[in-house]
Order: sequence, then C-alpha cells, then structure tokens
Amino acid sequence: MNLSRRLLQILNVVALIAMLIAVYAALIQAPDAINVDPSIRPAQRIIYFHVPSAWSSMLAFFVAFVASILYLITKHIRWDIWARAASELGIAFTVAAVISGSLWAKPAWNTYWTWDPRLTTYTIVLLLYIAYFMLRGAIDEPSRRARMAAVYGIFAFLSVPLTFMSIRWWNTIHPVIVDAPDSTNKFGLGPNMMQAFMITNMAFIILFVALLANRISLGWAEERMDALKERLNF
Amino acid sequence: MKRYIQVVWAVLWKDLRIELRTKDIFTSMAVFAVLALMIFNFAFELRVPDKTMVIPGVLWVTITFSGVLGLGRAFISEKDRGSMAGLLLAPVDRSAIYFGKMLASLIFILVMEIFLLPLMVIFFNTNFISPPLLLVLFLGTLGFAAVGTVFSGLAVNTRTREVLLPVLLFPVMLPVLMAGIRATIGFMEGDTLADMMKWVNLLLFFDLLYLVVAYMTFDFVVEE
Repeated sequence: MNLSRRLLQILNVVALIAMLIAVYAALIQAPDAINVDPSIRPAQRIIYFHVPSAWSSMLAFFVAFVASILYLITKHIRWDIWARAASELGIAFTVAAVISGSLWAKPAWNTYWTWDPRLTTYTIVLLLYIAYFMLRGAIDEPSRRARMAAVYGIFAFLSVPLTFMSIRWWNTIHPVIVDAPDSTNKFGLGPNMMQAFMITNMAFIILFVALLANRISLGWAEERMDALKERLNF
Repeated sequence: MKRYIQVVWAVLWKDLRIELRTKDIFTSMAVFAVLALMIFNFAFELRVPDKTMVIPGVLWVTITFSGVLGLGRAFISEKDRGSMAGLLLAPVDRSAIYFGKMLASLIFILVMEIFLLPLMVIFFNTNFISPPLLLVLFLGTLGFAAVGTVFSGLAVNTRTREVLLPVLLFPVMLPVLMAGIRATIGFMEGDTLADMMKWVNLLLFFDLLYLVVAYMTFDFVVEE
C-alpha cells in the first residue's frame, strides 16, 4: 500500500469542496468583464476553467518529466507509475484546455481554430504524449517499457519550450490573423476577477493532486494484480 | 579519448561498409525522395501561382520523410541478426556506439540531400542553393540524426517497429522543421545569414541540447 486509503479519501473530499468553491467563484462571485464586448461577457468566464486546466497540464507534464528522470536513476517501479499517471492527467487537462480554448475562440475571435502559438503548441504537446502512450502500448516487457517511456518522456518535455518559441517567432514574421495580445495584459482582470481567478487556479491544482494520488494508487493496484496473475500463471 | 574515437569510428565504418555493399538505405531514401518530388509537383502545379514559392516546404518535408526511412533502419541489422549483444559486450562506453550510429545516419541523410538538391534545382528550374542554406541544412540534419538515432533505438524494441518512429519523431522535430523552412524562405528572398541568425541559433541550441541528452540516455535505450 503506497498511499493510505484514509489520506486519499480526505484528499478527494478536499478536491470536491475546492471545485465547488471554484464553480461558485467563477460563475457567481466574479463580476462581468466590462472591458469586453457585452455579447461575449459570458464566454469570458471560461478563463476560470481554461487557464487553470492549461497550468495543471503543464504541472502534470513537469511531474512526468521529473519522474522519468528519477526512474532512470533509481530504476524503481514507483517512478514509472508516477510518470504514467502524470502523463495521463496531462493529456486530460490538455484536452480540456484546447477544447475550452476553442469554445472561447469562436465568439471572441470568430473562429474555432487559429494558429496562435499557445494553441498550436498545446496541440503538438497533445501529439507528443499520445506518442508516449503509443510507445508504452507497443512494448510488453514492463521494465523495458518503463525505460523506453522514461527516455521518450525526457525528450518530449524538453522540446515543448523550443516548439513554443519557434511558433512564436514564426508568427511575428508572418502577420497573425487574430490579434493575440501577450500574456501580461491578456487577462486584464479587475481585483474581484483576479480573486476568482486565483481561487480557480488553486482549486484545479488541488484537483490535479487528488487525481494524481488516485491514479498512482490505481497504478499500484494494477502492479499487484499483475504480480498475482504471474504467481497463478493466469 | 583516443580509444573512444576508435570505437566511434569502428561502428561508423561498419555501418558505412554494410551500406556500401547492400545500398539498401540509400536506394530507398533516394527513390522515395524522387517520388515525393513528383507527388508535390502534381499537388501544387495548378493551384500555386509560382512553384518556386513551395520550394522551402517541399525541401524540408521531403528530407524529413525520406530521412525517417533511413533512420528506421539504424538498428534493424543488429536486431535481426542478434548482433546487438555483441556490440554491447564491447568494453567501451555505450555512448560511443550512439555516436557511431548517429554519424552513420547523418552521413546517409546528407548523401541523400546531395542527391536531392540538384534534382530540385532542375525540377523547379531555380537555383536556390547558397552557402548559408547548406549550413542550415547541415544543422537541421544533425538535429534530425541526433534525436532520430535514439528514437530508432526505442522503436526497434517495440512490436510496431518502424511504424512508430515517425509518430515519436515528428512532434519533437517540429522546431527544426520550422527553423529550416523559415531560414530557407529568408535565403531565397535575399536575406543574409545575419538576418536569419535567430533560427540558426535555435538549430544550434536544439542540436547541442539533444546531443547531450542522447549522450546521457542512450545507455538506457540499448540496455537489455
């Protein structure tokens, strides 16, 4: 037993409460954004889900990256379970961020898709980690699978900033169809909105930690089941 | 150090000699490259106002797609004949095997490019080759071979083998492709190397970063 069941239950309840507070903060407490067109004011509230998802996904991939390095150093199965759990969650949060971004882009930019650096980079990240799981799926032997996946996880994570930079440079030379302001004034949030924004970000990080803990304990359970199967020649 | 270089050279020379005798990799890469040029010609001919506009894209996509064919073969002979164990038993640092393999792949792809470039000049009827372009091509190919050799080692250990390689390789190679295409456009429009330094630096950084990471991780890829 890697994580005590009790701790996991407490974490789950905390995450549930945090997400309920986040929903309240995002939909009720936060004021309307006065600096955007009235017709897209409701859509603006997606920022309270979109940005936290994106941050959680980056956190997840970073955890996966560190776990991959630790696996190669220690060869302990724990870090393989961590890396796989974090990569899966990273994919889930990335999908959430890309879809919510697209939904917001339709009213705001009048298109579901633009070759904006962040959007494009995120899609590439999604492809990177889908490839990561294809690699895992194509190797049967557990220790070899863990080793290969860890090596790929390191290569994949390091390419993300380079991809982001190259797409940004590309776009500064080619005119961008839609004006994508830089991140510091993109939000343009008032104090009350900032508060809601921080609350939702915190809530998503708690949600991420809770999901990660659950996934890791599931990973250990799978590990034990495989060991049992082997013993019973199943 | 001298011994290390000897090992690198031995692995490189072994691969080159196999290739000189069989010509497997070069033939498939070269034929594929010509086919790609033909297909691109028909894909763009009627819709693009001036075919020279698509040269940068055609050049880099052709190199990437035919390069991945060659990279896919990097460890196949060892795997099929079971001689990988022999290679690994040699009492040397395993990164020397990586550098030998990487240099062999680099040379195969460079030779393919030497074959491809004049062909493109003829087909597109424009001389777009310039020394700065050759530099960018070399740096891009180096990054391609540096990452591709490691990933080839990963893919050869899987059930799907070569099929998996492009899926693993292309998303990581995106910065190289973008830098290469962007710099090629610049050189064709008369920019100097200094104007495109940003992209050259990106390529240099990419090459250096991944050569170091590959040096550190290759041990784990070939470990049995």
